[in-house]
Amino acid sequence: MLTTDVAVIGGGVAGLVAAIEASKFGARVHLIDENARAGGQLFKQIHKFFGSHRHYAGIRGFEIGEKLLEEAQKNGVQTLLNSFVFGIFGKEIGIIENQTGARWLDAKTIILCCGASEKMIVFPGWTLPGVMGAGAAQTLINVHHVSPGKKFLMVGSGNVGLVVSYQMLQAGAEVVAVVEALPRIGGWGVHASKIRRWGVPILTSHTVKEAHGKERVEAATIVALDENWKHVSNSERTLEADVICLAVGLKPNVELPLMAGCETMFLEELGGRVPIHDENMETTEEGIYVVGDCAGIEEACTAIESGRLAGVAVAEKLGYLSKDEAYELKVQIRKILDDLRGGPFGEHRVRAKQQLIERAKILKGLKDE
Amino acid sequence: MSDGIATAGSPSIEELERSPGFPNRKRLIKGPVAVIECVQEIPCDVCGSSCPFDAIKVPSISSLPELDEEKCTGCGTCVPLCPGLAIFLVDYNFSKDEALISFPYEFLPIPKVGTTVDATDRLGRSVTKGRIVRVLEREQFDHTLVVSIAVPKKFTQEVRGMALPRGDGTR
Repeated sequence: MLTTDVAVIGGGVAGLVAAIEASKFGARVHLIDENARAGGQLFKQIHKFFGSHRHYAGIRGFEIGEKLLEEAQKNGVQTLLNSFVFGIFGKEIGIIENQTGARWLDAKTIILCCGASEKMIVFPGWTLPGVMGAGAAQTLINVHHVSPGKKFLMVGSGNVGLVVSYQMLQAGAEVVAVVEALPRIGGWGVHASKIRRWGVPILTSHTVKEAHGKERVEAATIVALDENWKHVSNSERTLEADVICLAVGLKPNVELPLMAGCETMFLEELGGRVPIHDENMETTEEGIYVVGDCAGIEEACTAIESGRLAGVAVAEKLGYLSKDEAYELKVQIRKILDDLRGGPFGEHRVRAKQQLIERAKILKGLKDE
Repeated sequence: MSDGIATAGSPSIEELERSPGFPNRKRLIKGPVAVIECVQEIPCDVCGSSCPFDAIKVPSISSLPELDEEKCTGCGTCVPLCPGLAIFLVDYNFSKDEALISFPYEFLPIPKVGTTVDATDRLGRSVTKGRIVRVLEREQFDHTLVVSIAVPKKFTQEVRGMALPRGDGTR
C-alpha cells in the first residue's frame, strides 16, 4: 500500500498551499485531485486578486494557480490527478484513479480541502437549458472560451454574481440585470461599481419568478419582493435573456469529512453544515484537518492562510517542526487571518469561526477525559 | 440618483467625500491627482504598496486607503494596479476647457486614440462626449489598460468611464 505523511484531498487554492507548506518542512505529501489538473477554482479566475501585497494580491487567479503548481512540484509534492476519493477509513484513503481500479493510500495525517458547491433556487422553468450556476457559466467562458449565451440575467449579488457578471461583459455578452432578493447588495462595493460603471442594473429586493422558452431559456420574469419576501403584485417585468445564472450562495462540501467521522455544526454565516475544527484547523478526528471553503465559505485569501495554518500544524504533529517553531508561525498566520476577517464583511465570519473553535475545545476535552 | 454603495452599487458623492482616499476640491484643481473611490473596508492593500511616492497608506489590511494629497504627483501608477478598478486619475487642468479622466479598462477591442466616445458616469449613463487622448498598455499592468478621455471640465466629478462598443447592436 502507498503510504505518506500527509494526504491532501482536493487541490484547490487551500489544498495546494497546505501541501506546499507541509512539504516545505520536510513532510512527504500526496495531493489528490479529481480533475486533470490541480488548481481548483483558480483557473477560472481571470480577475486580479484582492488581499495583501505580501501574498498574491494584484495577480490574476489563474496566474496564482500556475505559481502554486510550480511550487508544489519543486517541493516534491506527489500529485495524483483524475483521482476520486471514494472513502476514508481511519487514515486509509480509497482512491479510484483514471476510472480504473481502486488503490489505497495510508496517511499519517489528512487535510481535507473539498471546496464548496453552488446552492440553487427553483422556480417555474428552472429546468430549461440556459438556467445554470454562475460557476458553470464562468467555467464555460473562462476555461473553455465558449459563451453559453448572449444575454444574461444574474440572480444574486454576492461576489460570485458580481464578478461573473463583469466577466460576462468581458466575454462580449450583455448582462440585462443582476437581481438580489435582499434590500442590499451582498458582495463588495468595488465589484458592484465595476459592473454599474459599464451600465449593468442591480435590482435589490428583486428575484426571478419564471423562466420562459420552448427549447431553452428565451426570457425571464423578475418580480419585486416586499420585506416579508413576498412577491409584490403587479411588479413583474419580463426581460429578454438566454441564460439565467444562479449565484445564490455556496455550501461547504462535507461528504468526506462526515465519512471520516468529523463532527459538524450548522452555521449559516459559513454556508451551512461545517466540520467543527480547532484553531489549528484540526477536526474532531485527530490528525484530520479541514481548510478552504469546506471549512466554511470565505474567500481566496483566507483559504490560502487556513491552508498554511494546517500545513504548519501537520508539520508540527509529525515532528518536522518543534513546538516553538510552529507556535511562532501559527501566531503570525492567525494574525493575518484576523486582519483578513476585519471590516464589516468579516464580522459575522469571525463570530462563526469562534463558535466552531469553542465547540471543538469542548468536544476534544470530552474525548481526552 | 445613486443612494450609495450598498444599494445602488456605486458610491454616492457623500460617501466619496467622507472617504480618506478622495482628494478635496482644492487639491483637485491644482493638477493631476489619484482619486481613490474605495469606500468599504475590505481586506486589500495593493494600492498602499503600489505608490512610488508613498502617497497611499493602508494602515491595516481592512482599512480604507488614505491618500496624501501633497505627496501624490498624479503619476497614475496605482490606477491599473487596484484589483477593484476603483482608482482614477483626474487632471483638471488638461486644457482650458477640458479635464482628463483616466480609468482602468479591461475590454476588447483596444480603444483607439482620437475616437469620440460616450463618456459615462458611475452608473454607466452617458453624460457627455469624450475624446480618447491616451491608451496606456504596459506589461506590468497585466492586461489592464488605462484609457484617458478629455471631457468638459464641468463633468470632472461625474465621468468615470465610457460606453462599451457593441458590435451586435444589443447596446
